[in-house]
This record gives sequence, C-alpha cells and structure tokens, in this order.
Amino acid sequence: MNKSIFLSLLFHSIMIFLTVLSLPFMMRSPIDLPPILSVDLIQISDETAIPFAAKATEVLKKIKKEEEKRLVSQQAPPAEKKKEKPDRIPLPEDINKEKKQIVKKKQNPEEIEEQIRQASEFEKKDIFDPNQIAALIDKSKKETAETLKKNNKLTQSSVKTTFTNALTLSQEDALKAQIFGCWSLPLGLPYQENLLVRIKLRLRSDGTVLRSEILDHARMNKPGQGFYKVLAESALRAIRICQPLRVPPTGYEKWKDLQLNFDANEMLKG
Amino acid sequence: MKKLFLVILCLFTFNKSALALVEVDITRGNLEPLPIAISPLYVEPGSEDLKISDVNIKNIGEEISKIIEVNFKRSGLFNPLKKESFVQNPDIAHIKPRFEDWRLIKAQALVTGKVTISNNKLRAEFRLWDVVASKEMVALAFSTTPNNWRRVAHIISDKIYQRLTGEDGYFDTRIVYVSETGPKTQRVKKLAIMDQDGANIKYLTLGNELVLTPRFSPKNQLVTYLSYFRNSPRVYLLDIETGVQEVVGDFPGMTFAPRFSPDGKKIIMSFAKDGNSDIYTMNLESRVVEKITDHTSIDTSPSYSPDGKYICFNSDRSGYQQIYVMKNDGSNVKRISFGTGIYGTPVWSPRGDLIAFTRMHNGKFYIGVMRSDGTGERLLTENFYQEAPSWSPNGRVLVFYRETKSDAEGKGFSAKLWSIDLTGYNERLIETETDGSDPSWSSLLSK
Repeated sequence: MNKSIFLSLLFHSIMIFLTVLSLPFMMRSPIDLPPILSVDLIQISDETAIPFAAKATEVLKKIKKEEEKRLVSQQAPPAEKKKEKPDRIPLPEDINKEKKQIVKKKQNPEEIEEQIRQASEFEKKDIFDPNQIAALIDKSKKETAETLKKNNKLTQSSVKTTFTNALTLSQEDALKAQIFGCWSLPLGLPYQENLLVRIKLRLRSDGTVLRSEILDHARMNKPGQGFYKVLAESALRAIRICQPLRVPPTGYEKWKDLQLNFDANEMLKG
Repeated sequence: MKKLFLVILCLFTFNKSALALVEVDITRGNLEPLPIAISPLYVEPGSEDLKISDVNIKNIGEEISKIIEVNFKRSGLFNPLKKESFVQNPDIAHIKPRFEDWRLIKAQALVTGKVTISNNKLRAEFRLWDVVASKEMVALAFSTTPNNWRRVAHIISDKIYQRLTGEDGYFDTRIVYVSETGPKTQRVKKLAIMDQDGANIKYLTLGNELVLTPRFSPKNQLVTYLSYFRNSPRVYLLDIETGVQEVVGDFPGMTFAPRFSPDGKKIIMSFAKDGNSDIYTMNLESRVVEKITDHTSIDTSPSYSPDGKYICFNSDRSGYQQIYVMKNDGSNVKRISFGTGIYGTPVWSPRGDLIAFTRMHNGKFYIGVMRSDGTGERLLTENFYQEAPSWSPNGRVLVFYRETKSDAEGKGFSAKLWSIDLTGYNERLIETETDGSDPSWSSLLSK
C-alpha cells in the first residue's frame, strides 16, 4: 500500500515537474498591473520650443526600447536552452579572451561550455559582465571559481528582478536617474578590471538608508585592489548624497531591501 | 500525504517569486573631476618665516596648498574649489571640520593641514576628510629642512592622490630633458632637470657638446644620456643626487637611445655597426656588452617591460618601421603594430599594460598607446610634429615634446614639453624657461 502511494507520488511529482518545465507560464508571476497613474497627454507640435525636446525624444525612444524588451520577456521568458542561440557575432577581443579561458580550464569541460556559450538578446548584458572579464584576468583558479559563482548568482538574481515587479520601469528609471546624478565616478580607474560594486541597502519607508553593506567587502583589502576601495567609497558617497532615495510611495515591503549594482565598466569603455 | 503533496506543489509554483530582491544597475555617473576643497595649511603662531635665498615666503601654509591645488588641477582628476568660497578657518577646520559647511559648497573631499617652522625644521601635517561620510580618510605628518617645502607639497599631493584614486601618485618626481636655446640652425642643447610641475630647473651640462636622449633609471636617481665627445657618441651616466658623471663607453659608429633595464643594472641601446643597426645591452657593473638582435634590418629604440622579461623595439624588417616585441634574449620576435604609416619610439608603461608610441601618418604625428599584444590602439594627440613619449611612474600620464613649423630660415621654430593623460583629454603645456625636447620622467623620489 505504502509502496504504491510512494510510487504514485513520485510519478505525479515527475509529471508536475515536467509540466512546469514545458509550460513556462506557470513560472511567471501574474501580470502585475502597475497602479493607475494619471497621465497628462501633451501634444508636442512641430513649433514647440521646449529646450530639451531633442533630448526627451531620445529618452522616450530608450524607454520604448526597454519596454519592448520587457514585453518580450513577459510573453516568453527566456528558457535556458534559448541562450545558446548564436545571434551575436562575438568581437575578436571576446574570442581571444574566451580562448584564453578555455586553455586555463582544460580539465573542466563544463566550465568551457559555460564560457563559449553564445548569448541571446537577453544575455547580451551578461556577455559584457565585468565579473567574467575579471575572471579572465585573474590568474588564480580559486579566484576564478569565486567569480564564476558570483556570476551565477548574478544571473539568477537578474532573472528574479525580471519576474518580480517591485519597482515599475518608470520607478526604476527615476531611481537610476537620481543616482546617476549623485555618483561621481573616480577618474583614473584602471582599464580591464572588474569595476562592479554591489551594495545592499535596507531602506526606511521614506527612502533614507538604514543600513548599507558592500557585498564584495573582502575584495577591498586585497593587494592590488586599491582602486576597488576607491570605487566602493564613491558608490557609498553617491548613496549618501542622494538620500532620501526616490522610491515609490507604496509597497515598502517589496523594495525595503534594495541592491544597487554600481558598474563603472561601461562608462570607462565608452 | 495530501499535505506533503500540496507542499511539493507549492514549492514548484511559488519558489521563483519568494526570493525577491530588487536589484538596480547603476551604469552611469558623473565623469566630472572630483570636487575637492584644499584649505590653506594653518601656520602655527610662533613659526619662523621661511627664507630661501633671500626670498621671504610669508605664508608657507598657503603656498603649500597652492602647489597641491595646481598638481590636482593638472592631473585632470580633481577639481580644486575656489578658496573664496571656504567658510571655515583653516585652524579650526584642521581640528574638526564643520562638514555641513563644506557640503554646502559641494566639496566631496577636504584637505586641511598645519605647518610649523622652528629650529630650521619644517613640520607639516595634513588630514584628508571625506566630506560626505563625515570622516577622516588619511592623516600624515612630515618633517624636513625648510628648503624642501615644495617637495612636502608634492608628497602630500601624492598621498591624497593615492588615497582617492587607489593608485600611486606622480607629483614628487622630476623630469630630465634637453634644454634648447638659439636659432634652429645653431641650437645649444643642455641637459636640464626640473620638478614635474616645471619648477626648480637646473642645468646639468654646459652646452658645449650636443646632448641627446636622456633617460631616467626606473629604480634610482641615475640618468643615462648620449653626448658627443670629439664627434663620436658616448653614453654617460649621471647621478643626480651627487652630480657624479661617468662615461659608460665609447661606441663605434652611431649609438642611439640608451635606456635602463627595470632593475637599473643594464642599459639597452642600439648601435650601428657596418651599416646595420642592432640592439645591445650593457651590464653596468661588468661592462659586458651583449647583442640581442641580429637582423639585416634597422632595429632601434628598445624598451624593457617592467618585469624585464620582454623588450619592445622598432624595426623596418617588414619594409617600413613598425613596433615589435621579443623576449629579453632576443627570441620570439613578434610584430604588434599593423596600422598605416610609421611607428616609432615605443615605451613600455611602468604598469605593464600599455606601450606608448609615436605614429607618423599622412604628414601628421600622433602620440598613442596600445596594449602589449598590439590590440586596443588609441591615438591620444595629433600635431604637426611631436614625439618621444615618456611615462609617469604610475603609468597614467605621458610627457612628450612638440615642435612648431618654421620657415626656411628657421623662424617661428619652438620646441615645448607637453603632458597628456591616458584619457587623451587632459593635455597640458609644461612651462619651461627655454625650449625643451626629449623628456624623461623619473620614478617617485620618496617611496
């Protein structure tokens, strides 16, 4: 009797598991309609004299693009398999770096798979992930392993963000724009280094910071990573200058724990 | 059993949303130089006035802060705020700054200090404050002879620079160069040395012999240069501290561009023998000369990598002048520059990541950098004529010289020293009394 229940349970679980895998809509949280905001529609005529009109259209375009991206992500969440789709021609630099990595990690075929994997639209960001660049530079295996772990974490959590709508796109943009203005990047940072500082915040309901924590704290005191301390300090300074942060008036529980990823790589490359 | 089943079902369906942490990527920020307030150093009452060769420096504290300010301004990384906007007095600020006041003028960092001169000793201390976090970042004191007051200012600048950027500074350094006077056809060339900001110029030779290519040792205060003695080139060694000068050797034919190895024990140079130029090293202790390249083409301008394992140099073995890298024994020669035009004067960065060079293309001269494998070439500056880049000890700034166009009689000709940082935006003239060429940057005087 017991055996048959056990078997039944096992097969049922397998069936459920397979269903979950094959029907991605089950993983998706229900479409969370943002609170209704009153929007004033303004017709911008050709003769308009708004000084920042050009800039604004750019911003609008960008927002639209991001929204499009977001829409795609909601209709079809990126299944793991899709990531292999080779729709991006890697730059020669990337190829070189990837090759280097392969040589380094010969004994571990799984990790080679991870590194040479092509990226889909969703993963483009990840390809330029500073952690990976650092992994290529770091010589010690241990460090590489650590960074890979971190990297995996990051990918997972970015998926998390996609699925939870604690902040709407516009709320996120408002917060970003606020911090962009406060963050003075230390000039003179080295090139080709991992320039990502992740700071975890616990916020009060008014947007002031109750607690802040640098996630890769150990790295600050490593030899040869003096610049990292400088970068982390600049990020903390930005948060302090920006206080109180522009957070939504509602849903405190959703955003009280906030992680800010200060990434200087893009700025310094461009 | 039913419960268990439900639990499993719940786990499958809700695990994704249960672990929510909102993440926001901040990928943009200000690339403006960091606003920093440099409060004049407070001179303690009872301090003696500073007298240097009958020049009375009244407020030494203010003078020191001015030098720090100029250093920071020139670096392009900091924006020293105007002193008129400072609310707090230097003496009180040094003990306990009122951060709200400094925040008000948008300062993110604050430098305060105190200076005392007594018994012919100068004692200077400074504190660097993080204005936003309201805390002290670094505090140090120095004691020296009063004549060294400019160096004190440079050392303070270096310490602050190091704390705020995470890399070593380059302010307490000197630049050796060839000072040039007279008309273009009859130039008088003297060896000269100055602080990196152009102060304290001293002439090391009289100017009766032609002086070329002075180069600093990366380890100590030694300079090697080329001078003509009875029309034949000689390589000299000059100790800046003691003024002692010695001949390293007479070399047959033409000798070019002597340069130190990173440990300071060898000189690497090229000389022409039987119409063919190759690269040689000379051990300074044993005076043993070793041939590194052996090729029918012209190989010149060798420069060691900071670990001493590789050498970059110029060669025309591919038909026209390009940059090559080889191992320090001359093996594994690999071409790294592939652009159009001619590449010259490669110099390996003290940081090891980049090689600076001069590129001639379409009648223009460029100073640029590329990675040591030849990738990532970036041209930093373009001009009618410029060459001979030399790295600051932290590998962030290059000093080079630039000549202007002249007519057939040589009118309108001038040669000036310039510096540019790796961004390519912060280009500055280094003011010197005379014209100058062939600069070479020293390592940090105080480590």
